[in-house]
Amino acid sequence: MELTGAQILLESLKQEGVKHIFGFPGGAVIDIYDELPKSSIQHFLVRHEQGAVHAADGYARSTGKVGGCLVTSGPGATNTVTGIATAYMDSIPVVIFTGQVPTALIGNDAFQEVDIVGITRPCTKHNYLIKDVRELAHSIKEAFYIASTGRPGPVLVDLPKDVMQARTEFEYPKTISLRSYNPNYTPNRKQVKKAANLLAKAERPLIYSGGGVISSEAGEILTRLARRFSLPVTSTMMGLGAFPGNDPLWLGMLGMHGTYAANMAVNNADVLLSVGARFDDRVTGKVNTFAPRAKIIHIDIDPTSIRKNVNVHIPIVSDCLNALKTLDEEMGEINAVQWEEKHSQWVKTVKGWCQEQPLRYETGQSGKVKPQYVMEKIYELTKGEAIITTEVGQNQMWAAQFYKYHKPRTWISSGGLGTMGYGFPAAIGAQVANPGKLVIDVAGDGSIQMNIQEMATAVCYNLPVKIIILNNSYLGMVRQWQELFYNKNYCAPCLDTAPDFVKLAEAYGAEGYLVEKTEDVVPVLNKVFASPRTCIVDIRVEPEENVYPMVPAGASLTEMLLV
Amino acid sequence: MRHVLSVLVENEPGVLSRVAGLFSGRGFNIDTLNVGPTLEKGVSLMTISTHGDEQIIEQIIKQLRKLITVIKVVDLSDTKAGEREMVLIKVHASENSRAEILRIVDIFRCKVVDVSTDELTLEVTGDQGKINAIVNMLQRFGIKEFARTGTVAMKRSMQF
Repeated sequence: MELTGAQILLESLKQEGVKHIFGFPGGAVIDIYDELPKSSIQHFLVRHEQGAVHAADGYARSTGKVGGCLVTSGPGATNTVTGIATAYMDSIPVVIFTGQVPTALIGNDAFQEVDIVGITRPCTKHNYLIKDVRELAHSIKEAFYIASTGRPGPVLVDLPKDVMQARTEFEYPKTISLRSYNPNYTPNRKQVKKAANLLAKAERPLIYSGGGVISSEAGEILTRLARRFSLPVTSTMMGLGAFPGNDPLWLGMLGMHGTYAANMAVNNADVLLSVGARFDDRVTGKVNTFAPRAKIIHIDIDPTSIRKNVNVHIPIVSDCLNALKTLDEEMGEINAVQWEEKHSQWVKTVKGWCQEQPLRYETGQSGKVKPQYVMEKIYELTKGEAIITTEVGQNQMWAAQFYKYHKPRTWISSGGLGTMGYGFPAAIGAQVANPGKLVIDVAGDGSIQMNIQEMATAVCYNLPVKIIILNNSYLGMVRQWQELFYNKNYCAPCLDTAPDFVKLAEAYGAEGYLVEKTEDVVPVLNKVFASPRTCIVDIRVEPEENVYPMVPAGASLTEMLLV
Repeated sequence: MRHVLSVLVENEPGVLSRVAGLFSGRGFNIDTLNVGPTLEKGVSLMTISTHGDEQIIEQIIKQLRKLITVIKVVDLSDTKAGEREMVLIKVHASENSRAEILRIVDIFRCKVVDVSTDELTLEVTGDQGKINAIVNMLQRFGIKEFARTGTVAMKRSMQF
């Protein structure tokens, strides 16, 4: 049967198992919106296209499925760029459909024309401009395949208006093979054997895990491996949740705002098992003093991650899940080792560091609410069962430090790009994907204003997302840097003309609460978590509270500033 | 160190931009770049000469392989390879210098492809060393125009 391009698009999405998409209509995609009501796909109208991509991204992070969004040409397309770059940096599978002017007008500076394929080339895993309706189904299949396999990432498909109107026979390809794209999922056994032998000889082994463990669903095997062979675990911010945050072997996050124990462990380890992490500068600090005593085993599905920033001794190109399974088998065969006994001294040492310098904060005399206290209470009240999304800055770091993540995909935060305004739309996406779950956006008073318009989306679709604003009337992380490294020259971080967030919530038809006293935190949180509605809680916290520990940019991990 | 990479790509719109964007976006260098069709329909061959330390070259190769439209990358510097480049040189040739230029043409086994009363256009083929040598020789006569193709290269059949 002949279908139009618009019908083919929606039918293909259905075949890919897409149930929800986030989008915003416009002239170039109106043919698609014309067909949308006839399709089984539920569309969520956002209030800004950036929100659509972040929502699709939050949807993907919370489920592992590909997130989808649909926007119009020109400004609709350019508004997605921050969202796409966010997903690209964190390897999140999202497919973005953008409208385009009719093919005959491309290149003529037509109304709402922009070369979005050109613009997004460096921040997508791949992208397509569909010039012929006969290529459409195949390209969509490719787009989903590329987005979700190997190292995942965003793929953009640009759809000229005339292609959406043209007709062709529709048949959705069942399988796909690309001669130039064959991600390697299975590890080289010899390399894994070498890694197992190295770990067996190690006296001070350490696991450093990252987002790859989450995306390959390797959290369970990682946990099993660590416990079986008594290996302490630290992780990047992206890897939080892969290993239970209440396990005795857990040291907390490493890096710039990592724990004392994690950074000391990296500094003293003799074998570092890096799984699905990429030695980012926020993790390594000064790169040539990173893990100075360690031989490094690096498991990553993306060969470019290996030896990009640090030299490694045993590279293993593989999906984390398969590599860890094989490593578990190989280590299991080394039977002369009593692992727990062998590593007991080392485990004792790292636990000593945990006790010596735990994450902590001064309770202070000011009477102001401590942001860390809020995170601790959110953890206690939710028992770690909530999905936490964050904005970017101090709020993000406190959320990473003072809430213990037990399960993968319960921590959703913009790591690589550090996108302010990410958390709230991502929470909307996560809530759409997980209707019964408590989804909390931990925000700052600065970043929440970057995508506050999505309040309308949340309220419109009855999405009971909870926004907890740790309000310090500052762009807190900027202020912290200015205090510590720029002689307290507080240029621009002051937000003393913030809106009344309670009234703002009410204006959107949501619930708003103001908390100014520590004793009100728990009762209000309890009330909000039980509410079936979208809520904003504006918590006035200690304005000049800093995030500690902190490794100054470019310093070694051991040069931590402590509380 | 200088490396010559042979990069087989899908011949589709934007492929050059993907490769060039990768080099500029990541701060890698392109010294020369040559692109042309292959005998297989829809496939082009790029020959890229670049330089960098071992780690940079490794990254360049891996990043190229990561592009979806790149089919194959071979570092010809790992093998014995034949390397050629063609240059068209328009050189000033007065009555006094013409004979000497033609002698140089002879020595370098190049061709005269165009001539006028005060100019000669030469076609030179060779590796980088030869090209540089003839340019050095001709500079004193006055080179008026200069167009080079960039390196193309191929692995030798017999590897010693």
